[in-house]
Amino acid sequence: MSDIQQGASDQQSEKRERRLAELFDIRTVIGALFAIYGIVCLITGIADFSTADQAKSDGININLWSGIGMVIVAALFIVWSIAKPFRPPETHD
Amino acid sequence: MEIGFPALEGSVLRINAAPIDYVLVAIYFAIIIGIGLISRRGVSSSLDFLLAGRRLPAWVTGLAFMSANLGATELLGQAANGAQYGEQAFHYYWVGAIPAMVFLGLVMMPFYYGSKVRSVPEFLHRRFNRTTQRIQAVLFAVASILLAGVNLYAMAIVVNALLGWPTWVAILVAAVFVLAYTFLGGLSAAIYNEVLQFFVIVAAMIPVTIVGLHRVGGWNGLVSKISAQPGGHQLLTPFPGSQLTGITSSVGSIIGVVAGLGFVTSFGYWTTNFTEVQRAFSAGDAGAAQRTPLIAAIPKALVALVIIIPGMIATVLIPAVSGLKKGAAAGGITYNDVVPLMLRELLPNGFLGVALTGLLASFMAGMAANVSSFNTVFTYDIWQDWIKPNMPDAHYLNVGRIVTVLATAAAVGTAFIAAGFNNIMDYIQTLFSFFNVPLFAVFILGLFWKRMTGTAGWTSLITGTAGAVVVFILNQVGVLNLPGQGSSFLGGAVACVLVVIVALIVSARTKPKSDEELVGLVRSVTPKADTTVAVKVWYQSPILLAAVSLGLVIFFYIFFSLR
Repeated sequence: MSDIQQGASDQQSEKRERRLAELFDIRTVIGALFAIYGIVCLITGIADFSTADQAKSDGININLWSGIGMVIVAALFIVWSIAKPFRPPETHD
Repeated sequence: MEIGFPALEGSVLRINAAPIDYVLVAIYFAIIIGIGLISRRGVSSSLDFLLAGRRLPAWVTGLAFMSANLGATELLGQAANGAQYGEQAFHYYWVGAIPAMVFLGLVMMPFYYGSKVRSVPEFLHRRFNRTTQRIQAVLFAVASILLAGVNLYAMAIVVNALLGWPTWVAILVAAVFVLAYTFLGGLSAAIYNEVLQFFVIVAAMIPVTIVGLHRVGGWNGLVSKISAQPGGHQLLTPFPGSQLTGITSSVGSIIGVVAGLGFVTSFGYWTTNFTEVQRAFSAGDAGAAQRTPLIAAIPKALVALVIIIPGMIATVLIPAVSGLKKGAAAGGITYNDVVPLMLRELLPNGFLGVALTGLLASFMAGMAANVSSFNTVFTYDIWQDWIKPNMPDAHYLNVGRIVTVLATAAAVGTAFIAAGFNNIMDYIQTLFSFFNVPLFAVFILGLFWKRMTGTAGWTSLITGTAGAVVVFILNQVGVLNLPGQGSSFLGGAVACVLVVIVALIVSARTKPKSDEELVGLVRSVTPKADTTVAVKVWYQSPILLAAVSLGLVIFFYIFFSLR
């Protein structure tokens, strides 16, 4: 009985480990950061493209386009991390 | 060299950041420090694996490798080079980095990985002797503090541009900020930060390059406007690079670029810079370790475009920088200010925050790396191993904490030295010639020549370093007269020659180690089987990866020379 319990808790901690590893996967972190930055810039670009900014950038809406770009990059990283999840290798030596 | 405040008066360079920019900066540091704090609260096992991680796939170590190299000092310094030397600055990447990275991957990595050499101090101890290891530890400690000062000064440039504080206040505040970040976030924050800052910087520089080019009328517009400047046409071709080397003869200058920058400085940097090489060691197997620098070389070849070209654009777009070209008083502006000036010139609030985040994050990463490597070397190699051995662990932990504070304080001092240079890349190259080049020469000799003795190790290291310092001093006092970065190239070359000469003379008079002692340390006595790497899939072929990055370099050189 205790062996079975032991096995179950091992499995649980293994599951927890794996979820943490996936959460802290650098691709997930990059994806999350660029998603936030992309959305903020995108909204700023749509809401506010002042004449001063237009003069600075020769009429290119930098916030809008870089926002779109960063959202795409974020999506790529997140898709990558889901498609090829990061598995901690077995710890036996 | 004039040490003082290159006073950027508040009004000269002010970036008008809005609340939204500060919010974006704050989000970034909240994420980084959050990761650091969570990792402390007992969920460490999986994190340990990720961070210190052995058995990592090549794409992770490749990311870490290239991120560790592109810091903000490189961004500011190379953009400054782009403004000052134009297309000649491309040599830093295409001669100065890619061939050495390929060499590291193809030749050195299999050997490192197979021979179980895991750090420079360890190698020096086992290959030579304790004295060599300790001398290197002291030299390395000094170098770390000097480089930490460069990062701190660079960070102060940005704080100054944001808030208009005088340089010395900005340096002090930046130091306190870095210290708080180091203690709060710890190692894990530092490592995530290092990778993230790379992506943020690249994300920021691509629009700066594109919009900047658009403003000056595209690439052709840039070319015609630069050639209209005095001496401009020389900056529009990478070779012979006379402004960069300070050598007027074309042939001499090309030799200077290839020998000084290509072989001496950059091979010295890439093959012995263990902060970066260490990233490759955490790879899963010898093949992944070998691919790490080869994978990193490809983005490295490309990233030159979005760093050097904005520097060139600045000379056309920003009157203060073109004034600098003509030797006019630029109101306290130096080439180091090119990046903040470009951000102010082009970016709207919002995206400006992203760019500022990239800059601030990478100074933090650079400075934290310098301080922590100083800490490690001082606490373990100097204090524990040498000055005060056999104390309880708590003692060394305390020493480590105190050293972190002292190192930061010392970096404030060295930041003012960095502030005395008009172009921080000149300064960084000088430091490389003092510290990296002699070490590289000793390292390579030790690796390939089994007759070299322990005494030869430390005597040649000291002589080489002294030689580079003497060249620097001679150039400062005017005995030599090399402008640009010629003095550090010459210093590096002199250091190399001295190391070889001293090693030959001293080895001839002292007793070498036996072959058995040198297995795994010297190439000729290490079994071939230990250093052979198997390739499983065609796209993992090291030769293919090397060919891609070298092919890019050749393509770019042809493009920029023939245009």
